[in-house]
Amino acid sequence: MRYSGLKVITEGLFGNKGWTPAWRDPAPKAEYDAIIIGGGGHGLATAFYLAKNHGLTNIAVLEKSHIGSGNIGRNTTIVRANYFLPGNSEFYSHSLKLWEQMESELNYNVMHSQRGLINLFHSDGQRDAFVRRGNAMINQGDDAILLDREGVREHLPYLDFEQTRFPIYGGLLHPRGGSARHDAVAWGYARGADQRGVDLIQNCEVTGIDIQGGKVVGVKTTRGAIRAKKVGIIVAGRSSQVAAMAGMRLPIESHVLQAFVTEGLKPVINHVVSFGMGHFYISQSDKGGLVFGGDLDFYASYASRGNLPMVEHVMEAGMTLMPMIGRAKVLRSWGGIMDMSPDGSPIIDKTHVDGLFIDCGWNYGGFKAVPASGWCMAHLMATGEPHEVARKLRLDRFATGHLLDEEGTGSQHNLH
Amino acid sequence: MRLTCPLCGDRDRREFYYYGAEDYLHRPVEGAPLADWDNYLHLRDNPAGVVRDLWYHEAGCAQWLVVTRSTVTHEVSGVELVAERTVGRAK
Repeated sequence: MRYSGLKVITEGLFGNKGWTPAWRDPAPKAEYDAIIIGGGGHGLATAFYLAKNHGLTNIAVLEKSHIGSGNIGRNTTIVRANYFLPGNSEFYSHSLKLWEQMESELNYNVMHSQRGLINLFHSDGQRDAFVRRGNAMINQGDDAILLDREGVREHLPYLDFEQTRFPIYGGLLHPRGGSARHDAVAWGYARGADQRGVDLIQNCEVTGIDIQGGKVVGVKTTRGAIRAKKVGIIVAGRSSQVAAMAGMRLPIESHVLQAFVTEGLKPVINHVVSFGMGHFYISQSDKGGLVFGGDLDFYASYASRGNLPMVEHVMEAGMTLMPMIGRAKVLRSWGGIMDMSPDGSPIIDKTHVDGLFIDCGWNYGGFKAVPASGWCMAHLMATGEPHEVARKLRLDRFATGHLLDEEGTGSQHNLH
Repeated sequence: MRLTCPLCGDRDRREFYYYGAEDYLHRPVEGAPLADWDNYLHLRDNPAGVVRDLWYHEAGCAQWLVVTRSTVTHEVSGVELVAERTVGRAK
């Protein structure tokens, strides 16, 4: 079924009785050409682009829970291409271009809104760093505008510019940055993949990876064994557990990152604003809730919930930056499990097992990467060669020293 | 989360700095192969379950601690001084 404005109106007039499920619920077949482990944003996008770009349609996506139940269904929905290092810069630039065509490509309203992202700075040194970053973004073909304090005030008059600890000197505006409706991204890719013949198999947990003579031959699941000569592991925070089934030890440590949303309010914050000094960022969803978050809880965790110190820290930072939000009531908070890599950059690569591929290490930046991650992982799985914008996202770069440490914080997993 | 420091007693999590898995205690010897350094700095078991990791009592006794805890429940089952640890000590 093709979605359109006319379809919404006609269905509305006739009792909404004509809608059909957005995807099938098939039983697993005995064999596929390729299996994607993980039905999150990245896994679904990979399946979609395998089918669309490479004509591989005999594919299964295996999800241990339901589609979009992981980090794609619980994140702060920021879309941006403001990276600095070669390797990251071209990758996220590619991703943003895919975002800009996503809705027409998927025939799905993901509510992508390029409302502009503003990164604030608070010192001369930080300003210089942002000038450099902005130039790198422009060199990559993306957009960046340096704002002085008055420039920021025009966009964000509600900030406390004179706060004693971190007075605002200015900001780097990334006009094409913004946000999107996170669940819709998962649903849109799921529907698009399903329409091209991909089997989305939910409540199917992978319990083992079958390897013979150094080649992958299939997986064991809670719904039986399934054969495939190509298998992609795309499971974010659970990467270490699934990779261990193939005898791998990954450069990943899983950490919890909290985020918060308030009750719905009238439109008040029109941009995505990040306050790096306070580890705080915020935007307002189309539903009206203020969506904001901060830094990791800093210790390895799979608990999907955080602790109070970081809750306090995030609230304090928010109040420091924009005291007006003090009256808003926090509706809920949640913790997602982040696959933190030692340089803060992702991995899209082959493994030591023939036919087994891995896509992981998204730290807390996985949402904006969903389309390019799927695009590049699909390219890798279909052709056996890395896509040109993901060439540096290698698994072995930690052993060889070709790190992509965007923030320059060293090899400690939780510092990125 | 609270940790019971062997020297200072039961303390708020905010007094402690988290470093990472206890792999950091097994520093390769000088001249070790690069793979050993990769293992030491980057690769992790990263279990969903019991883990032993390093915490520093920054706002207390300034001692490094090995904490045994669950990454799933956040339950802490042991805290010992790195200097006096009994398990995993380099020979």
